Amino acid sequence: MTFEELAKIKEQKYSLVQVRRLVKEQGEELAKQTGYRKQVLICGGTGCTSSGSKKVIDALERELKRHGIEKEILVVKTGCFGLCSLGPVMIVYPEGCFYAQATPEGVAEIVEEHLVKGNIVKHLLYDKTVHEDGSIISLSETDFYKKQLRIALRNCGVIDPENVEEYIASDGYAALAKVLKEMTPDDVINCLLESGLRGRGGGGFPTGRKWEFAKREENDVKYVCCNADEGDPGAFMDRSVLEGDPHSIIEAMAIAGYTIGAKQGYVYIRAEYPIAVQRLTIAINQAREYGLLGENIFGTDFSFDIEIRLGAGAFVCGEETALIASIEGKRGEPKPRPPFPAVQGLFGKPTILNNVETYANIPQIILKGADWFSSIGTEKSKGTKVFALGGKITNVGLVEIPMGTTLREIVEEIGGGIPNGKKFKAAQTGGPSGGCIPACHIDVPIDYDNLINLGSMMGSGGMIILDEDTCMVDIAKFYLDFTVDESCGKCTPCRIGTRRLNQFLEKIIEGNGELEDLDKIKELALHMNKTSLCALGQSAPNPVLSTLKYFKDEYISHITDKKCPAGVCKKLVSYVINPKLCKGCTLCMRNCPVNAISGSPKKPHVIDRNKCIKCGLCERNCKFNAISKG
Amino acid sequence: MADTTTFKGTPEQERKLRSVIEKHKTQPGGLMPVLQEAQDIYGYLPIEVQQMIADGLNISLSEVYGVATFYSQFSLTPKGEYRVSVCLGTACYVKGADKILEAVEKKLGIKSGECTKDGLFSLDSTRCVGACGLAPVMMINDEVYGKLKPDMVNDILDHYYSKK
Repeated sequence: MTFEELAKIKEQKYSLVQVRRLVKEQGEELAKQTGYRKQVLICGGTGCTSSGSKKVIDALERELKRHGIEKEILVVKTGCFGLCSLGPVMIVYPEGCFYAQATPEGVAEIVEEHLVKGNIVKHLLYDKTVHEDGSIISLSETDFYKKQLRIALRNCGVIDPENVEEYIASDGYAALAKVLKEMTPDDVINCLLESGLRGRGGGGFPTGRKWEFAKREENDVKYVCCNADEGDPGAFMDRSVLEGDPHSIIEAMAIAGYTIGAKQGYVYIRAEYPIAVQRLTIAINQAREYGLLGENIFGTDFSFDIEIRLGAGAFVCGEETALIASIEGKRGEPKPRPPFPAVQGLFGKPTILNNVETYANIPQIILKGADWFSSIGTEKSKGTKVFALGGKITNVGLVEIPMGTTLREIVEEIGGGIPNGKKFKAAQTGGPSGGCIPACHIDVPIDYDNLINLGSMMGSGGMIILDEDTCMVDIAKFYLDFTVDESCGKCTPCRIGTRRLNQFLEKIIEGNGELEDLDKIKELALHMNKTSLCALGQSAPNPVLSTLKYFKDEYISHITDKKCPAGVCKKLVSYVINPKLCKGCTLCMRNCPVNAISGSPKKPHVIDRNKCIKCGLCERNCKFNAISKG
Repeated sequence: MADTTTFKGTPEQERKLRSVIEKHKTQPGGLMPVLQEAQDIYGYLPIEVQQMIADGLNISLSEVYGVATFYSQFSLTPKGEYRVSVCLGTACYVKGADKILEAVEKKLGIKSGECTKDGLFSLDSTRCVGACGLAPVMMINDEVYGKLKPDMVNDILDHYYSKK
């Protein structure tokens, strides 16, 4: 492909994709040039596929044929729109109507009424896009999207990730063309340094600096790697980018290859992400076919190709030296640094390793300039951050916010608040390496430094919202269980330290804790932090330390009062039947797996605490709310 | 080490494995892809298969074994016909995934990491399958079941029993 051919494809496909980015009226005008009356975009990402989007797509195609309009309506299977809890989601352009929780039956109605007759099916729209007076607002005006700024996710839910031409129409490969045509490797590095882009994988190291180190090394063979081993449980940012916009990663890796002088790239991706792997594979093949990967890209003397390597389920492989060992086909154990990978990395050669989201930002920075990017965000954290919002929050999904957005804006506005009228207790960021931000710090602007000061960290972007029903000791134990499982065993402080920490927590949760355990936990945590080989071990105590910092009273309740205030820790919970509310319906008695409940019909029942195994079945099944944790 | 007495590889499987080994033989770091494809062929990685890989790639069995036991996706024991995985990622955990796992363990009579005697079900707890919008979730082979409650588990598993 030549520079001219790239521009030509963009010109041909531009209006087709642009219809999806414009407001209704302009979109309608443009739609006339595309050959399609309307376009239906359906999310084919993991979230919506799990909610049954395949059946919806089949039904849509069948209905379109039945009405004979399959040639007038373009169906596009996209990546994630962000609102995973409303899946399967679909959006109709040029109107921009957002249908949520689509079903095959609903689709039949949408095709007949909306696509054939032109009447929007209001009762199937996402309710937040329909005002009380019946007027419809676009998705970008809803609380969920209003405060978001999509840079890394700019194409997710907009383009067909399996069609390179749609990516090209969205300025795709224009940054690579610009770099090859008019920028030296030093120009690229300076642009990244000036932009202030920091690594989105967690550490926040300046990306330009990393590339500079690797470029400086004299070596015939260098490598560019992409870390897509998103192991933080509850995080799915990188997967969504790969599913929704895989070419942005390919393009950015090629730019990295040109900058540091590498010809080969590797993407290390979790095998648990089949859709992402499939779409990335298709994207790489298409890029090769169009001459955007391979020998002499755009007719220059720059050659670059990418290979995919699948992970096999080891959290530690998110650590750079461990990931490199895994690509080399070895046990994924970390190595001491220095030497840093930029000097001696994959197969002993200078290597750069960046995270998916970091790469996704780079083409836009090259095209729009460092000043544009650095104008977004806070003093030391530029640009945006993608978070996978999950847990006890109404709008579970993927959000991208400018750095400096407050936690309150994320939880209350974008996230739509806590369901069931419960109270916000804390947000957990940084996964097993991070910590909790309690309600008293809800107004803190989110950026790298603020989160570190609060005892948490940015992490890769998992953000789990916890409500009053969550026990903070239990959640700390949850993360410790994880790190115990995932500790690779190479260094002693991590292998034994995580286990010992976990034992302390177990003791507390079972009601055998002593106050001096808390001091021992702190001391052990300090040693682990100072002496572990890699970040996994160094940061493993963080979930315990941060919950201990902000929720010490809960630990004390467990230890001295032998009570779990949230009613989660089984050994410290007992169930009681309120005789005033109990109707004696016998349901609980019949269902109790250990026959711990007794009583006569129509008379209040009682629970034998010695027999009760605290399974909670009675509480869940009681129709009169007569059973509670005492 | 894994139980070696029950290995029943077919010549067809062996032929496939040999061609996989041939394909990755000269590739740097080819052991991981070979193990992954071998597990696809056999369903697990018995010691006999690891030996064939070691011989084929001209590396020691201990190296193959070291890698095969390091990563949680490699299994040295056979899996069930229906592989049940209950997600214990954070988003699912705070929504009660531990109770889902308990319900499945009770129904199948096995613990996480085990396989039923008839070879029908194996059970694992996994880390985040990425369907956090549907938390808590479990997967049975490639089918995802979301927004689960413990009392839904019985019906779902019965559906698979009735397939037999």
